[in-house]
Amino acid sequence: MEEWTAIRLSLRIATVAMIASLPLGIAAGLLLARGRFWGKSLLNGLVHLPLILPPVVTGFLLLILFGRRGPIGSFLADHLGIVLSFKWTGAALACAVMGFPLMVRSIRLSVEAVDRGLEEAAATLGASPAWVFITVTLPLILPGIIAGMILSFAKAMGEFGATITFVSNIPGETQTLSSAIHSFTQVPGGDAGAFRLTIISVFISMTALMASEYMAYLVGRKVAAS
Amino acid sequence: MRLVFEACQKLGVFQLDATFRSDGGVTALFGASGSGKTTIIRILTGLSRPDDGRIIFDDDVIVDTNRGVFVPKHKRRFGIVFQDDRLFPHLSVRQNLNYGRWFASKVKRGDDFGPIVDLLGLNHLLDRRPENLSGGEKQRVAIGRALLSSPRLLLMDEPLAALDDARKAEILPFLEALRDQMKVPIIYVSHSVTEVARLADTVVVLDNGRVTMAGAVADTLNQPAISSAQGRKEAGTVIEGKVARYDREHKLITIGFNSSQFFVSGPEVATGKTVRMYVLARDVMLATAFPQGVSALNVLDGKIIALHSNSDGTVDVHIDCRGTILLSRITSLSCDRLALAAGILVYAIIKSVALESR
Repeated sequence: MEEWTAIRLSLRIATVAMIASLPLGIAAGLLLARGRFWGKSLLNGLVHLPLILPPVVTGFLLLILFGRRGPIGSFLADHLGIVLSFKWTGAALACAVMGFPLMVRSIRLSVEAVDRGLEEAAATLGASPAWVFITVTLPLILPGIIAGMILSFAKAMGEFGATITFVSNIPGETQTLSSAIHSFTQVPGGDAGAFRLTIISVFISMTALMASEYMAYLVGRKVAAS
Repeated sequence: MRLVFEACQKLGVFQLDATFRSDGGVTALFGASGSGKTTIIRILTGLSRPDDGRIIFDDDVIVDTNRGVFVPKHKRRFGIVFQDDRLFPHLSVRQNLNYGRWFASKVKRGDDFGPIVDLLGLNHLLDRRPENLSGGEKQRVAIGRALLSSPRLLLMDEPLAALDDARKAEILPFLEALRDQMKVPIIYVSHSVTEVARLADTVVVLDNGRVTMAGAVADTLNQPAISSAQGRKEAGTVIEGKVARYDREHKLITIGFNSSQFFVSGPEVATGKTVRMYVLARDVMLATAFPQGVSALNVLDGKIIALHSNSDGTVDVHIDCRGTILLSRITSLSCDRLALAAGILVYAIIKSVALESR
Protein backbone atom coordinates (compact mmCIF):
# COMPACT_ATOMS: atom_id res chain seq x y z
CA MET A 1 0.00 0.00 0.00
CA GLU A 2 1.28 3.41 -0.90
CA GLU A 3 0.52 4.85 2.56
CA TRP A 4 2.66 2.29 4.35
CA THR A 5 5.57 3.00 2.04
CA ALA A 6 5.33 6.66 2.95
CA ILE A 7 5.14 5.88 6.67
CA ARG A 8 8.10 3.49 6.59
CA LEU A 9 10.09 5.98 4.57
CA SER A 10 9.26 8.81 6.95
CA LEU A 11 10.34 6.77 9.97
CA ARG A 12 13.56 5.74 8.26
CA ILE A 13 14.38 9.29 7.14
CA ALA A 14 13.63 10.74 10.58
CA THR A 15 15.70 8.09 12.37
CA VAL A 16 18.69 8.47 10.06
CA ALA A 17 18.46 12.26 10.24
CA MET A 18 18.37 12.17 14.04
CA ILE A 19 21.23 9.70 14.50
CA ALA A 20 23.47 11.19 11.83
CA SER A 21 23.17 14.71 13.24
CA LEU A 22 23.67 13.62 16.88
CA PRO A 23 27.53 13.67 17.05
CA LEU A 24 27.60 17.03 15.28
CA GLY A 25 24.80 18.28 17.51
CA ILE A 26 26.69 17.35 20.69
CA ALA A 27 29.88 18.92 19.33
CA ALA A 28 28.07 22.12 18.36
CA GLY A 29 26.22 22.24 21.70
CA LEU A 30 29.49 21.90 23.64
CA LEU A 31 31.25 24.41 21.43
CA LEU A 32 28.52 27.01 21.78
CA ALA A 33 28.15 26.48 25.53
CA ARG A 34 31.81 26.32 26.47
CA GLY A 35 33.91 27.48 23.57
CA ARG A 36 35.60 30.84 23.43
CA PHE A 37 36.70 31.48 19.89
CA TRP A 38 36.53 33.98 17.12
CA GLY A 39 33.35 33.65 15.09
CA LYS A 40 31.28 32.02 17.81
CA SER A 41 28.27 34.23 17.11
CA LEU A 42 28.68 33.45 13.41
CA LEU A 43 28.52 29.71 14.15
CA ASN A 44 25.55 30.32 16.41
CA GLY A 45 23.78 32.20 13.63
CA LEU A 46 24.58 29.52 11.09
CA VAL A 47 23.24 26.75 13.34
CA HIS A 48 20.01 28.66 13.95
CA LEU A 49 19.53 29.80 10.36
CA PRO A 50 17.17 26.93 9.34
CA LEU A 51 14.92 27.91 12.23
CA ILE A 52 14.27 31.40 10.90
CA LEU A 53 14.62 30.96 7.14
CA PRO A 54 11.51 29.87 5.23
CA PRO A 55 11.87 26.09 4.78
CA VAL A 56 11.61 26.52 1.02
CA VAL A 57 14.68 28.77 1.10
CA THR A 58 16.61 26.16 3.11
CA GLY A 59 15.56 23.49 0.63
CA PHE A 60 16.60 25.68 -2.29
CA LEU A 61 19.99 26.39 -0.69
CA LEU A 62 20.46 22.65 -0.19
CA LEU A 63 19.57 22.11 -3.82
CA ILE A 64 22.17 24.67 -4.89
CA LEU A 65 24.88 23.24 -2.61
CA PHE A 66 24.11 19.51 -2.70
CA GLY A 67 22.46 19.16 -6.12
CA ARG A 68 24.25 17.20 -8.86
CA ARG A 69 25.92 20.36 -10.15
CA GLY A 70 26.29 22.07 -6.78
CA PRO A 71 29.80 22.51 -5.36
CA ILE A 72 29.34 19.93 -2.57
CA GLY A 73 26.95 17.68 -4.47
CA SER A 74 29.24 17.29 -7.47
CA PHE A 75 32.21 16.55 -5.20
CA LEU A 76 30.26 13.87 -3.31
CA ALA A 77 29.00 12.32 -6.56
CA ASP A 78 32.38 12.35 -8.35
CA HIS A 79 34.62 11.24 -5.50
CA LEU A 80 32.45 9.23 -3.14
CA GLY A 81 29.62 8.16 -5.37
CA ILE A 82 27.05 9.67 -3.04
CA VAL A 83 24.05 11.27 -4.69
CA LEU A 84 21.67 13.17 -2.44
CA SER A 85 19.32 15.02 -4.77
CA PHE A 86 16.01 13.26 -5.37
CA LYS A 87 17.05 10.38 -3.08
CA TRP A 88 15.74 9.48 0.39
CA THR A 89 19.22 10.28 1.78
CA GLY A 90 18.73 13.80 0.53
CA ALA A 91 15.43 13.94 2.39
CA ALA A 92 17.30 12.80 5.51
CA LEU A 93 19.83 15.59 5.00
CA ALA A 94 17.07 18.17 4.64
CA CYS A 95 15.36 16.87 7.80
CA ALA A 96 18.65 16.81 9.71
CA VAL A 97 19.41 20.40 8.77
CA MET A 98 15.92 21.53 9.73
CA GLY A 99 16.04 19.74 13.09
CA PHE A 100 19.63 20.70 13.89
CA PRO A 101 18.94 24.05 15.62
CA LEU A 102 16.40 22.38 17.92
CA MET A 103 18.83 19.61 18.83
CA VAL A 104 21.78 21.97 19.42
CA ARG A 105 19.69 24.35 21.49
CA SER A 106 18.55 21.59 23.81
CA ILE A 107 22.07 20.15 24.23
CA ARG A 108 23.59 23.58 24.67
CA LEU A 109 21.19 24.47 27.48
CA SER A 110 21.93 21.20 29.30
CA VAL A 111 25.70 21.76 28.95
CA GLU A 112 25.32 25.25 30.37
CA ALA A 113 23.44 23.79 33.33
CA VAL A 114 26.28 21.40 34.25
CA ASP A 115 28.07 22.43 37.43
CA ARG A 116 31.70 22.91 36.40
CA GLY A 117 32.63 22.19 40.00
CA LEU A 118 31.69 18.55 39.49
CA GLU A 119 34.09 18.33 36.55
CA GLU A 120 36.82 19.94 38.64
CA ALA A 121 36.17 17.44 41.41
CA ALA A 122 36.42 14.55 38.94
CA ALA A 123 39.72 15.85 37.62
CA THR A 124 41.23 16.14 41.11
CA LEU A 125 40.18 12.54 41.69
CA GLY A 126 42.45 11.50 38.83
CA ALA A 127 40.17 11.57 35.78
CA SER A 128 41.74 12.84 32.56
CA PRO A 129 39.68 15.33 30.50
CA ALA A 130 38.32 12.54 28.28
CA TRP A 131 37.24 10.49 31.30
CA VAL A 132 35.69 13.55 32.91
CA PHE A 133 33.59 14.01 29.79
CA ILE A 134 32.51 10.36 29.61
CA THR A 135 31.84 9.79 33.30
CA VAL A 136 30.52 13.18 34.43
CA THR A 137 29.60 15.60 31.64
CA LEU A 138 27.90 13.12 29.32
CA PRO A 139 25.66 11.50 31.98
CA LEU A 140 24.66 14.94 33.27
CA ILE A 141 23.68 16.28 29.84
CA LEU A 142 21.92 13.04 28.83
CA PRO A 143 18.42 14.45 29.46
CA GLY A 144 19.25 17.36 27.16
CA ILE A 145 20.64 15.02 24.52
CA ILE A 146 17.52 12.84 24.62
CA ALA A 147 15.25 15.86 24.45
CA GLY A 148 17.27 17.16 21.52
CA MET A 149 17.03 13.82 19.72
CA ILE A 150 13.26 13.72 20.18
CA LEU A 151 12.87 17.28 18.93
CA SER A 152 15.00 16.50 15.91
CA PHE A 153 12.98 13.33 15.22
CA ALA A 154 9.68 15.17 15.58
CA LYS A 155 10.85 17.96 13.31
CA ALA A 156 11.94 15.36 10.71
CA MET A 157 8.57 13.61 10.86
CA GLY A 158 6.80 16.86 10.11
CA GLU A 159 9.30 18.45 7.75
CA PHE A 160 7.77 19.35 4.40
CA GLY A 161 9.00 22.55 2.78
CA ALA A 162 12.74 21.94 2.64
CA THR A 163 12.31 18.28 1.75
CA ILE A 164 9.93 18.83 -1.16
CA THR A 165 12.08 21.66 -2.50
CA PHE A 166 15.33 19.68 -2.28
CA VAL A 167 14.28 16.15 -3.22
CA SER A 168 10.78 16.61 -4.64
CA ASN A 169 7.92 14.21 -3.96
CA ILE A 170 8.72 10.84 -5.54
CA PRO A 171 6.57 7.97 -4.21
CA GLY A 172 8.75 5.23 -2.72
CA GLU A 173 11.90 7.37 -2.75
CA THR A 174 11.28 10.80 -1.26
CA GLN A 175 7.55 10.86 -0.56
CA THR A 176 7.32 11.22 3.21
CA LEU A 177 4.19 11.20 5.32
CA SER A 178 3.77 14.96 4.98
CA SER A 179 4.29 15.01 1.23
CA ALA A 180 1.95 12.01 0.84
CA ILE A 181 -0.79 13.91 2.70
CA HIS A 182 -0.10 16.91 0.52
CA SER A 183 -0.41 14.74 -2.61
CA PHE A 184 -3.72 13.30 -1.41
CA THR A 185 -5.15 16.77 -0.89
CA GLN A 186 -4.21 17.70 -4.46
CA VAL A 187 -6.35 15.01 -6.10
CA PRO A 188 -10.16 14.78 -6.09
CA GLY A 189 -11.43 12.22 -3.54
CA GLY A 190 -8.09 12.09 -1.77
CA ASP A 191 -9.59 13.28 1.53
CA ALA A 192 -10.03 9.76 2.91
CA GLY A 193 -6.39 8.86 2.26
CA ALA A 194 -5.20 12.15 3.72
CA PHE A 195 -7.33 11.54 6.79
CA ARG A 196 -5.93 8.02 7.30
CA LEU A 197 -2.38 9.34 7.12
CA THR A 198 -3.27 12.20 9.43
CA ILE A 199 -4.47 9.78 12.12
CA ILE A 200 -1.31 7.70 11.72
CA SER A 201 0.78 10.86 11.92
CA VAL A 202 -0.92 11.92 15.15
CA PHE A 203 -0.41 8.42 16.56
CA ILE A 204 3.32 8.35 15.72
CA SER A 205 3.87 11.84 17.14
CA MET A 206 2.05 11.00 20.38
CA THR A 207 4.03 7.76 20.77
CA ALA A 208 7.34 9.55 20.22
CA LEU A 209 6.36 12.25 22.69
CA MET A 210 5.35 9.76 25.38
CA ALA A 211 8.47 7.67 24.82
CA SER A 212 10.58 10.78 25.26
CA GLU A 213 8.71 11.79 28.41
CA TYR A 214 9.31 8.34 29.85
CA MET A 215 12.99 8.35 28.96
CA ALA A 216 13.40 11.83 30.39
CA TYR A 217 11.72 10.57 33.56
CA LEU A 218 14.11 7.60 33.82
CA VAL A 219 17.17 9.75 33.24
CA GLY A 220 15.82 12.59 35.33
CA ARG A 221 15.49 10.28 38.31
CA LYS A 222 19.22 9.55 38.04
CA VAL A 223 20.36 13.14 37.68
CA ALA A 224 17.65 14.80 39.71
CA ALA A 225 19.89 16.41 42.30
CA SER A 226 21.93 18.34 39.77
CA MET B 1 56.61 14.77 53.57
CA ARG B 2 57.70 18.21 52.50
CA LEU B 3 55.64 20.74 50.60
CA VAL B 4 57.03 24.02 49.36
CA PHE B 5 54.61 26.58 47.98
CA GLU B 6 55.58 29.87 46.41
CA ALA B 7 53.18 31.68 44.13
CA CYS B 8 52.13 35.05 42.82
CA GLN B 9 48.84 35.56 41.08
CA LYS B 10 46.84 38.63 40.19
CA LEU B 11 43.06 38.27 40.10
CA GLY B 12 41.48 41.61 39.36
CA VAL B 13 42.42 43.90 42.23
CA PHE B 14 43.44 40.98 44.44
CA GLN B 15 47.10 40.08 44.50
CA LEU B 16 48.31 36.81 45.98
CA ASP B 17 51.95 36.67 46.92
CA ALA B 18 52.41 33.81 49.35
CA THR B 19 55.16 31.46 50.39
CA PHE B 20 54.88 28.70 52.93
CA ARG B 21 56.03 25.17 53.59
CA SER B 22 54.59 22.19 55.35
CA ASP B 23 56.41 19.26 56.88
CA GLY B 24 53.50 16.92 57.31
CA GLY B 25 50.67 16.63 59.81
CA VAL B 26 47.86 19.13 59.57
CA THR B 27 48.80 22.57 58.27
CA ALA B 28 46.06 25.15 58.58
CA LEU B 29 45.74 28.03 56.16
CA PHE B 30 44.04 30.58 58.33
CA GLY B 31 42.60 33.95 57.48
CA ALA B 32 39.48 35.98 56.87
CA SER B 33 37.47 35.58 53.66
CA GLY B 34 39.27 37.16 50.77
CA SER B 35 42.69 36.58 52.28
CA GLY B 36 43.71 34.20 49.51
CA LYS B 37 43.14 30.78 51.09
CA THR B 38 41.00 29.37 48.33
CA THR B 39 43.28 30.85 45.65
CA ILE B 40 46.17 28.91 47.20
CA ILE B 41 44.13 25.71 47.22
CA ARG B 42 43.15 26.17 43.58
CA ILE B 43 46.78 26.66 42.63
CA LEU B 44 47.81 23.61 44.67
CA THR B 45 45.23 21.37 43.00
CA GLY B 46 46.01 22.72 39.54
CA LEU B 47 42.59 24.27 39.01
CA SER B 48 44.32 27.56 38.34
CA ARG B 49 47.79 28.48 37.19
CA PRO B 50 49.97 30.92 39.12
CA ASP B 51 51.46 33.83 37.17
CA ASP B 52 54.73 33.03 38.81
CA GLY B 53 55.57 30.33 41.30
CA ARG B 54 56.83 26.98 42.37
CA ILE B 55 55.25 23.98 44.09
CA ILE B 56 57.45 21.13 45.21
CA PHE B 57 56.10 18.04 46.90
CA ASP B 58 58.81 15.83 48.38
CA ASP B 59 61.18 15.67 45.41
CA ASP B 60 58.51 16.15 42.75
CA VAL B 61 58.33 19.48 41.03
CA ILE B 62 54.59 20.03 40.55
CA VAL B 63 54.75 23.58 39.25
CA ASP B 64 57.70 25.71 38.27
CA THR B 65 56.78 28.63 36.05
CA ASN B 66 60.44 29.45 35.34
CA ARG B 67 61.07 25.99 33.93
CA GLY B 68 57.64 25.64 32.36
CA VAL B 69 56.63 22.72 34.57
CA PHE B 70 52.91 22.30 35.24
CA VAL B 71 51.61 18.89 36.25
CA PRO B 72 47.92 18.73 35.19
CA LYS B 73 45.33 18.44 37.93
CA HIS B 74 44.44 14.81 37.32
CA LYS B 75 48.05 13.68 37.66
CA ARG B 76 48.87 15.41 40.94
CA ARG B 77 47.18 12.98 43.28
CA PHE B 78 46.20 15.79 45.63
CA GLY B 79 42.78 14.96 47.04
CA ILE B 80 40.50 17.88 47.76
CA VAL B 81 37.38 18.37 49.82
CA PHE B 82 35.55 21.47 48.66
CA GLN B 83 33.31 23.79 50.68
CA ASP B 84 30.34 22.39 48.82
CA ASP B 85 30.35 18.61 48.67
CA ARG B 86 30.42 18.31 44.84
CA LEU B 87 29.18 14.73 44.89
CA PHE B 88 28.21 13.31 41.52
CA PRO B 89 24.40 13.38 41.48
CA HIS B 90 24.12 10.60 38.90
CA LEU B 91 26.10 8.12 41.01
CA SER B 92 25.28 6.34 44.25
CA VAL B 93 27.33 6.95 47.39
CA ARG B 94 29.29 3.76 46.75
CA GLN B 95 30.02 4.78 43.16
CA ASN B 96 31.03 8.24 44.32
CA LEU B 97 33.45 6.72 46.82
CA ASN B 98 34.89 4.39 44.19
CA TYR B 99 35.28 7.09 41.56
CA GLY B 100 38.78 8.21 42.52
CA ARG B 101 39.79 4.69 43.52
CA TRP B 102 39.22 3.52 39.99
CA PHE B 103 41.62 6.09 38.58
CA ALA B 104 44.10 5.52 41.38
CA SER B 105 44.26 1.82 40.58
CA LYS B 106 46.84 2.43 37.89
CA VAL B 107 49.17 3.97 40.44
CA LYS B 108 48.36 2.23 43.65
CA ARG B 109 45.15 1.23 45.28
CA GLY B 110 45.14 0.74 48.98
CA ASP B 111 42.75 -1.92 50.17
CA ASP B 112 41.25 0.63 52.46
CA PHE B 113 37.62 0.90 51.34
CA GLY B 114 36.31 -0.86 54.45
CA PRO B 115 38.40 1.01 57.01
CA ILE B 116 37.69 4.42 55.52
CA VAL B 117 33.97 3.72 55.24
CA ASP B 118 34.02 2.62 58.88
CA LEU B 119 36.06 5.61 59.97
CA LEU B 120 33.61 8.03 58.39
CA GLY B 121 30.53 6.04 59.41
CA LEU B 122 29.25 5.62 55.86
CA ASN B 123 28.22 1.96 55.94
CA HIS B 124 24.48 2.57 56.03
CA LEU B 125 24.65 5.21 53.28
CA LEU B 126 26.42 3.24 50.55
CA ASP B 127 23.40 2.50 48.39
CA ARG B 128 21.80 5.90 48.70
CA ARG B 129 21.94 8.74 46.24
CA PRO B 130 23.59 12.04 47.19
CA GLU B 131 20.25 13.87 46.95
CA ASN B 132 18.97 11.79 49.87
CA LEU B 133 21.79 12.69 52.25
CA SER B 134 21.95 15.44 54.85
CA GLY B 135 24.57 18.17 54.52
CA GLY B 136 26.83 16.54 57.06
CA GLU B 137 26.54 13.11 55.46
CA LYS B 138 27.32 14.56 52.04
CA GLN B 139 30.46 16.18 53.35
CA ARG B 140 31.57 12.91 54.98
CA VAL B 141 31.09 11.11 51.67
CA ALA B 142 33.10 13.84 49.94
CA ILE B 143 35.91 13.36 52.48
CA GLY B 144 35.80 9.59 51.95
CA ARG B 145 35.85 10.01 48.19
CA ALA B 146 38.93 12.22 48.37
CA LEU B 147 40.69 9.82 50.76
CA LEU B 148 39.94 6.77 48.63
CA SER B 149 41.65 8.28 45.61
CA SER B 150 44.90 7.50 47.51
CA PRO B 151 46.06 11.11 47.64
CA ARG B 152 49.59 12.06 48.60
CA LEU B 153 48.20 15.21 50.16
CA LEU B 154 44.67 16.00 51.27
CA LEU B 155 43.44 19.55 50.80
CA MET B 156 40.37 20.67 52.70
CA ASP B 157 38.89 23.99 51.66
CA GLU B 158 36.68 25.05 54.58
CA PRO B 159 34.90 21.70 54.58
CA LEU B 160 32.64 22.80 57.42
CA ALA B 161 31.85 26.33 56.25
CA ALA B 162 28.58 25.43 54.57
CA LEU B 163 27.26 23.49 57.58
CA ASP B 164 25.40 24.68 60.65
CA ASP B 165 26.89 24.35 64.13
CA ALA B 166 25.22 21.01 64.84
CA ARG B 167 26.54 19.50 61.58
CA LYS B 168 29.99 20.92 62.33
CA ALA B 169 29.98 19.24 65.70
CA GLU B 170 28.95 16.03 63.94
CA ILE B 171 31.85 16.10 61.48
CA LEU B 172 34.71 17.40 63.65
CA PRO B 173 35.22 14.07 65.45
CA PHE B 174 35.52 12.34 62.06
CA LEU B 175 38.15 14.83 61.00
CA GLU B 176 40.06 14.22 64.22
CA ALA B 177 39.89 10.46 63.69
CA LEU B 178 41.08 10.94 60.14
CA ARG B 179 44.01 13.06 61.29
CA ASP B 180 45.02 10.50 63.91
CA GLN B 181 44.49 7.31 61.90
CA MET B 182 45.30 8.13 58.30
CA LYS B 183 48.86 8.93 57.43
CA VAL B 184 47.93 11.54 54.81
CA PRO B 185 49.30 15.03 55.32
CA ILE B 186 46.52 17.60 55.31
CA ILE B 187 46.27 21.25 54.32
CA TYR B 188 43.21 22.57 56.15
CA VAL B 189 41.74 25.89 55.13
CA SER B 190 39.62 27.68 57.67
CA HIS B 191 38.66 31.05 59.01
CA SER B 192 37.55 29.50 62.29
CA VAL B 193 40.08 29.64 65.06
CA THR B 194 38.31 26.88 66.99
CA GLU B 195 38.61 24.46 64.07
CA VAL B 196 42.25 25.34 63.58
CA ALA B 197 42.99 25.03 67.30
CA ARG B 198 41.29 21.67 67.35
CA LEU B 199 42.76 20.09 64.24
CA ALA B 200 45.99 21.69 63.14
CA ASP B 201 49.62 21.21 64.11
CA THR B 202 50.98 24.25 62.35
CA VAL B 203 49.23 27.29 61.04
CA VAL B 204 49.93 29.72 58.21
CA VAL B 205 48.16 33.02 58.74
CA LEU B 206 47.08 34.86 55.60
CA ASP B 207 46.00 38.43 55.23
CA ASN B 208 45.17 40.13 51.96
CA GLY B 209 47.10 37.63 49.86
CA ARG B 210 50.19 37.56 52.03
CA VAL B 211 51.50 35.28 54.74
CA THR B 212 51.71 37.33 57.90
CA MET B 213 52.68 34.61 60.35
CA ALA B 214 53.43 30.92 60.41
CA GLY B 215 54.34 28.44 63.09
CA ALA B 216 53.00 26.07 65.73
CA VAL B 217 49.33 26.54 66.49
CA ALA B 218 49.58 27.57 70.16
CA ASP B 219 52.32 30.14 69.49
CA THR B 220 50.67 31.66 66.46
CA LEU B 221 47.00 31.81 67.40
CA ASN B 222 47.67 33.51 70.75
CA GLN B 223 49.34 36.50 69.17
CA PRO B 224 47.11 39.45 70.15
CA ALA B 225 46.83 40.49 66.51
CA ILE B 226 45.21 37.14 65.67
CA SER B 227 43.21 36.40 68.79
CA SER B 228 41.58 39.83 68.84
CA ALA B 229 40.76 39.80 65.17
CA GLN B 230 38.33 36.96 65.69
CA GLY B 231 34.62 37.49 65.59
CA ARG B 232 32.46 37.96 68.63
CA LYS B 233 31.84 34.27 69.22
CA GLU B 234 35.17 32.74 68.47
CA ALA B 235 38.02 34.78 69.95
CA GLY B 236 40.03 32.92 72.52
CA THR B 237 43.25 31.34 73.68
CA VAL B 238 44.89 28.05 72.79
CA ILE B 239 46.58 26.37 75.75
CA GLU B 240 48.67 23.26 75.46
CA GLY B 241 49.40 21.17 78.52
CA LYS B 242 50.06 17.70 79.87
CA VAL B 243 47.62 15.57 81.83
CA ALA B 244 48.89 15.42 85.38
CA ARG B 245 46.17 13.43 87.20
CA TYR B 246 42.74 11.95 86.75
CA ASP B 247 40.27 11.97 89.62
CA ARG B 248 37.93 9.03 88.95
CA GLU B 249 35.46 9.97 91.65
CA HIS B 250 34.79 13.44 90.23
CA LYS B 251 35.72 12.56 86.66
CA LEU B 252 38.13 15.45 86.74
CA ILE B 253 41.27 15.83 84.63
CA THR B 254 44.10 17.95 85.98
CA ILE B 255 46.20 19.51 83.26
CA GLY B 256 49.49 21.20 83.96
CA PHE B 257 50.86 23.95 81.74
CA ASN B 258 53.69 26.36 82.43
CA SER B 259 53.41 26.56 86.23
CA SER B 260 49.63 26.64 86.36
CA GLN B 261 46.97 23.96 86.47
CA PHE B 262 43.66 23.53 84.77
CA PHE B 263 40.76 21.34 85.82
CA VAL B 264 38.51 19.89 83.15
CA SER B 265 35.77 17.36 83.67
CA GLY B 266 35.38 14.54 81.22
CA PRO B 267 36.24 10.93 80.45
CA GLU B 268 39.59 9.57 81.56
CA VAL B 269 42.69 10.66 79.65
CA ALA B 270 46.02 8.89 80.08
CA THR B 271 48.43 10.71 82.41
CA GLY B 272 51.26 12.40 80.57
CA LYS B 273 49.30 12.88 77.39
CA THR B 274 49.62 16.25 75.71
CA VAL B 275 46.28 17.96 75.29
CA ARG B 276 45.18 21.20 73.76
CA MET B 277 42.48 23.40 75.20
CA TYR B 278 40.64 26.29 73.71
CA VAL B 279 39.40 28.94 76.06
CA LEU B 280 36.87 31.28 74.50
CA ALA B 281 37.43 34.92 75.42
CA ARG B 282 33.76 35.36 76.31
CA ASP B 283 34.09 32.51 78.83
CA VAL B 284 36.76 34.37 80.82
CA MET B 285 35.55 36.69 83.61
CA LEU B 286 37.84 39.08 85.40
CA ALA B 287 38.03 40.01 89.09
CA THR B 288 40.33 42.45 90.81
CA ALA B 289 40.23 40.49 94.07
CA PHE B 290 40.53 36.74 94.54
CA PRO B 291 37.00 35.49 94.08
CA GLN B 292 35.43 33.66 97.03
CA GLY B 293 32.63 31.14 96.79
CA VAL B 294 32.47 30.73 93.03
CA SER B 295 31.73 27.45 91.30
CA ALA B 296 34.37 27.91 88.61
CA LEU B 297 37.35 25.66 89.27
CA ASN B 298 39.80 27.49 87.13
CA VAL B 299 40.99 30.80 88.48
CA LEU B 300 44.30 32.12 87.19
CA ASP B 301 46.10 35.19 88.40
CA GLY B 302 47.92 37.42 85.99
CA LYS B 303 48.89 40.87 84.94
CA ILE B 304 47.07 42.86 82.28
CA ILE B 305 49.41 43.56 79.40
CA ALA B 306 47.10 45.17 76.90
CA LEU B 307 43.53 46.37 76.35
CA HIS B 308 41.84 46.70 72.96
CA SER B 309 38.44 48.33 72.55
CA ASN B 310 36.19 46.75 69.95
CA SER B 311 33.62 48.62 67.91
CA ASP B 312 30.73 46.64 69.44
CA GLY B 313 31.26 47.98 72.99
CA THR B 314 33.44 45.13 74.22
CA VAL B 315 37.03 45.27 75.38
CA ASP B 316 39.63 42.58 74.78
CA VAL B 317 41.91 42.19 77.77
CA HIS B 318 45.19 40.37 77.29
CA ILE B 319 46.45 38.90 80.55
CA ASP B 320 49.85 37.39 81.12
CA CYS B 321 49.19 34.40 83.38
CA ARG B 322 52.68 33.21 84.18
CA GLY B 323 53.73 33.07 80.58
CA THR B 324 50.44 32.20 78.96
CA ILE B 325 48.66 35.09 77.31
CA LEU B 326 44.99 34.67 78.11
CA LEU B 327 42.34 36.63 76.27
CA SER B 328 39.22 37.88 78.01
CA ARG B 329 36.41 39.74 76.31
CA ILE B 330 34.33 41.90 78.66
CA THR B 331 32.00 44.85 78.23
CA SER B 332 33.48 48.31 78.28
CA LEU B 333 31.20 49.13 81.23
CA SER B 334 32.77 46.38 83.33
CA CYS B 335 36.17 47.52 82.21
CA ASP B 336 35.48 51.07 83.43
CA ARG B 337 33.91 49.91 86.72
CA LEU B 338 36.91 47.77 87.55
CA ALA B 339 39.26 50.51 86.32
CA LEU B 340 41.27 48.02 84.37
CA ALA B 341 44.53 49.19 82.87
CA ALA B 342 47.78 47.69 81.74
CA GLY B 343 49.91 46.48 84.62
CA ILE B 344 47.05 45.76 87.02
CA LEU B 345 46.89 42.34 88.68
CA VAL B 346 43.64 40.48 87.99
CA TYR B 347 42.10 37.07 88.51
CA ALA B 348 40.75 35.37 85.42
CA ILE B 349 37.78 33.11 86.14
CA ILE B 350 37.28 30.58 83.41
CA LYS B 351 33.73 29.34 83.11
CA SER B 352 34.38 26.48 80.75
CA VAL B 353 37.16 24.94 78.80
CA ALA B 354 36.89 22.99 75.60
CA LEU B 355 39.36 20.13 75.74
CA GLU B 356 40.66 18.90 72.41
CA SER B 357 42.28 15.53 72.84
CA ARG B 358 45.40 15.17 70.78
